Amino acid sequence: MTEQTGLAATEATEATVQTVETRGGDGAKPEGAVVRDALGVGVAVGLSGFAFGVTSAGSGLGLLQTCALSLLVFTGASQFALVGALAAGGNPFTAAAGAFFLGVRNAFYGLRLSQLLALPRAVRPFAAQWVIDETTAVALAQPTRRAARIGFTVTGLSLYVLWNLTTLLGALGAEAIGDTGAWGLDAAGPAVFLALLAPMLRTTAERAVAGIAVVLGLGLLPVLPAGVPVLVAAVAAPVVLWAEGRRRADDRPDGQGKTDDRRDGGEAGESEEGEEGGEGR
Amino acid sequence: MNVWIAIGVTAVGCYAVKLIGLLVPEGVLERPLVQRLAALLPVALLAALTAQQTFADGHVLVLDARAAGLAAAAVALLLRAPFLLVVAAAVVVTAGVRALTG
Repeated sequence: MTEQTGLAATEATEATVQTVETRGGDGAKPEGAVVRDALGVGVAVGLSGFAFGVTSAGSGLGLLQTCALSLLVFTGASQFALVGALAAGGNPFTAAAGAFFLGVRNAFYGLRLSQLLALPRAVRPFAAQWVIDETTAVALAQPTRRAARIGFTVTGLSLYVLWNLTTLLGALGAEAIGDTGAWGLDAAGPAVFLALLAPMLRTTAERAVAGIAVVLGLGLLPVLPAGVPVLVAAVAAPVVLWAEGRRRADDRPDGQGKTDDRRDGGEAGESEEGEEGGEGR
Repeated sequence: MNVWIAIGVTAVGCYAVKLIGLLVPEGVLERPLVQRLAALLPVALLAALTAQQTFADGHVLVLDARAAGLAAAAVALLLRAPFLLVVAAAVVVTAGVRALTG
């Protein structure tokens, strides 16, 4: 499940992972191929640090603050969420809470990776910073432990270096531009979130969660302090899980949301734009 | 100062979560319910964030050029465009709509 989410999130992030996935099952894989796949993912995603740098500077954060985020936090969605909440005038702890909850998924990636990579204890604190969607997806796609280690390291290193470099360039660029709004750069943040979200909307449960979260997030916005509605919207996840459990208990042995064909991107568009109508499904 | 506090708290929290995953013994996070919740939590947060950053201006809900930009991103996603192209589509369309509507 977590692995699916990881792969899904990465699929959204770049098409490169398809190369990683399609080659699967050829047993021993030459190291060159592992490095190539890993670099493909690292470079493609690393470049999107540019979007973060621009968004962060456009939200009013300083150059040093923007770069500190990419160096220290290094998990994209959380960084975007934090600068968005700060720009909206949220208090620092509320903003940090939203970013933190988004980062929680990395704990589950770490769990998978610690079994897969079997890292020495002394190395773990250093490897931890690179435990994110993309490194997990590349590592899980490898046939052997050695290949997984190479994949994790090369993806992590290339992504970390590029992400931070392009963050700096993006922030500098935004400062040079001045009014980022006139260039439509304030749409970069939500577009990033949508791209991450789209492949996660495979099942009815996931779509219900997204729909309820949208309604809560927008509905409570006028009445609650900035940053709080997003945290309240997170309640959609346990609520839907609880409802699912209830339904299953009501004698539907196959009450699972069935994974259907891959038209999910379409529903993503729908459920986002169907705000005014409430939850589309 | 407030921004630095937020950065510090987020950095520590996000790193701690990553490290816990690597250090925690097997079985603690293995319960299916915990796994399901962990998978659904990002869905809720991302959906709420997408909606807010598209339709909110402070405490007011608005419909402006960003909505057109997000629609363009959705179309790009449908066409399986690469990530950067999805973001670029949103930016370009938003800027275009702003330029046209002043």
